[in-house]
Amino acid sequence: MSEQSTVTTSAWRTIVARDLKLIWRQRTDVVNPLVFYLITITLLPLGVDPSRQFLGSIAPGMLWIMALLATLLSLDTLFRSDYEDGSLIQFQLSAEPLFLTVLGKVTAYWLTTGLPLSLISPVLASMLALPDGGYIALMLSLLLGTAIMSLIGALGAALTVCLRAGGLVLTLIVMPLYLPVLIIGANCVGSAVAGFSFLRELALLGAGLAIALIVMPAAIAGALKISANQ
Amino acid sequence: MAWQWFHKLGSPRWFYEKTSRWLTWFAPLSVALLLVGLTWGLAFAPVDAKQGNSYRIIYIHMPAAVLSLAGYYLMAIAGGIGLIWKMKLPFMVMQSAAYVGAALTALTLITGSLWGYPTWGTFWEWDARNIFMLILLFLYLSIIMLGRVYPVREAADKACAILALVGTVNVPIIYKSVDWWYSLHQPASIKLTGSSSIHPSMLYPLLLCIVAYYCFYTLSLILYTRQEILAREARTKWVSELVNTQSSHTKD
Repeated sequence: MSEQSTVTTSAWRTIVARDLKLIWRQRTDVVNPLVFYLITITLLPLGVDPSRQFLGSIAPGMLWIMALLATLLSLDTLFRSDYEDGSLIQFQLSAEPLFLTVLGKVTAYWLTTGLPLSLISPVLASMLALPDGGYIALMLSLLLGTAIMSLIGALGAALTVCLRAGGLVLTLIVMPLYLPVLIIGANCVGSAVAGFSFLRELALLGAGLAIALIVMPAAIAGALKISANQ
Repeated sequence: MAWQWFHKLGSPRWFYEKTSRWLTWFAPLSVALLLVGLTWGLAFAPVDAKQGNSYRIIYIHMPAAVLSLAGYYLMAIAGGIGLIWKMKLPFMVMQSAAYVGAALTALTLITGSLWGYPTWGTFWEWDARNIFMLILLFLYLSIIMLGRVYPVREAADKACAILALVGTVNVPIIYKSVDWWYSLHQPASIKLTGSSSIHPSMLYPLLLCIVAYYCFYTLSLILYTRQEILAREARTKWVSELVNTQSSHTKD
């Protein structure tokens, strides 16, 4: 029993380490979402009324929407190189269950997009004059929310990996499923700014992450088997 | 032996021949129900005290909303059956249900905004139910689009089924959203337990309309699925025989 669990965790860890190494060698791809986040937040006050009061009122929603769009940006590449060089077939042939491999890949993906996005969000929030109460709620909700969005987005990436122009379909697939995360996440920051407790929204996001962790790896593995084997 | 009917469900030919017989009485019945229900609701039901005649659009709007939600479940369940038992027919039903469901969702959105103008004073309000109906439309469209862009038919069916099953997580949220983000939209009028907030003289035509919509939905689903069967099985022997007999009939 314990032997088996060490084997599975080591398989997961191997994939995470491999993907982190691959991503590190292509650093510019990782910086892409972060730059996108920075640029859109910079452009926003130039397009609308830049007074602190107005910016502060739209900041919770805007920070969340831009983070969501930034995660969409790099989603297409998640399984692309593995599909093209045949690693995806090898993952399926290996003795390790495919959902563990998938979980490892999604973990590495989140560590390189969701985590940095959440970490730089307070800086961007101060540029958008987010009122004082919202910073912790913003970071915590983004940490949980980007994890859910990585899992959902990986399903879309898995379903569209075999398509030439999968980008548009990927957006259409993923957007409706992101919506509850966006609403709850933005609500979380909004209620923190208004001075209420935001634990309810955080608990909802945590529950969503728990469900996504159970359901999505299996669904992603199924989708990969379909799209890689044709 | 008891499972024989279930295996028959996997045969498109069996379905096509069975429904050919059913349609002779089912098609007139559902059209008649729809005509009676809509005429009763739109012409003979009493005028509402607050909303006047504009409330009558509920007889078109509300059954369409019910069916677009129920249709999503039907689509996902058909996809699940197809994935588990590897049958052809459920996948065809799933694809057809996506088209019919998308049309009904669009109808719900259009009639809802037409109803919203005289009562709320706006065509579109960012209300929970509005948003989620729109999202439901996107869910349907994503399944239709995914089914169309895949190069291989079998892979497209399975991919759509997985997406439909994952999307069902959103459908309960659509229902719950009314309680969560209650704003302008009125709460549900028909309650199974307790008294309804709608008068019987308006309720009965509404119930008839819902039944009629269910029949009409089934009818359009069957017709769509039959068309899908013919398109996909075009190279089989029974379809070419069917086409030959049909064309010889029309020549006579």
